[in-house]
Amino acid sequence: MITAQIALFLILAAVAVAGALSLILQRHPIHSALSLIVVMVALAGLYLLQGAEFVAAVQIIVYAGAIMVVFIFVIMLLNAGEEERSNFSKLARFVGVPLGVVFLAEVAYWIGRATSHLGSVPAQTVSTRDLSTLLFREYVFPFELTSFLILIALLGALVLARREESE
Amino acid sequence: MVPTSYYLVLSAVLFGLGVVAFIFKRNILTVFMSIELMLNAVNLAFVTFSRSLGQLQGQVFVLFVIVVAAAESAVGLAIIILIHRNRGTLDVEKVDTLKD
Repeated sequence: MITAQIALFLILAAVAVAGALSLILQRHPIHSALSLIVVMVALAGLYLLQGAEFVAAVQIIVYAGAIMVVFIFVIMLLNAGEEERSNFSKLARFVGVPLGVVFLAEVAYWIGRATSHLGSVPAQTVSTRDLSTLLFREYVFPFELTSFLILIALLGALVLARREESE
Repeated sequence: MVPTSYYLVLSAVLFGLGVVAFIFKRNILTVFMSIELMLNAVNLAFVTFSRSLGQLQGQVFVLFVIVVAAAESAVGLAIIILIHRNRGTLDVEKVDTLKD
């Protein structure tokens, strides 16, 4: 029996997997970046389907918005062209790729079997108030640490990308 | 109601595709993007477990993962710009000075 939720899940999952495959198969980095944005938007839809509204919003704003825009900036800044075709050996093509597919299918199968007793994901939404209470009460120290992390990353990026003025 | 295992299988498949992209791609920017893909797959597993166990901690960790990913991409892209400035290439197979 396929309910509307399962149908929606299957559509979003298909979009996400197609985006990930496209990330691998595209030769131009900007096409890969756009495929990754498709994956991220599909994942945001899946978070909404699970009722995790705030995480879905952050996924769109920070991941698909900020991080990927920086990626695309760098791709355009460096004028990155198409990557060269990797010289696949015959062994890799005829043994490695099927083995990889079989391994992936097996891992997915066993994870599916091992977790099939967990039941369904409840569909009612998580209140953002509960989430923020938890974040700012129990996890307030890690939260403040992340602001230091961002500051250090900002300084590191500035120092690294700065042009040497005079030697 | 979608079974929890469906989400976890999707998360595993996306992580596997991220690993494949990490190994196969030769442009250092796409290698970096595949790391983001793997982080996203892990986030999906976090949210799924958080929902199915009825605990919010998983979603708090997703927020932390996103923050760390933002910091990582800032530093990583600065390093990529440096590599491009010093080497004039983005091909990971041509950045192999350590091998010689």
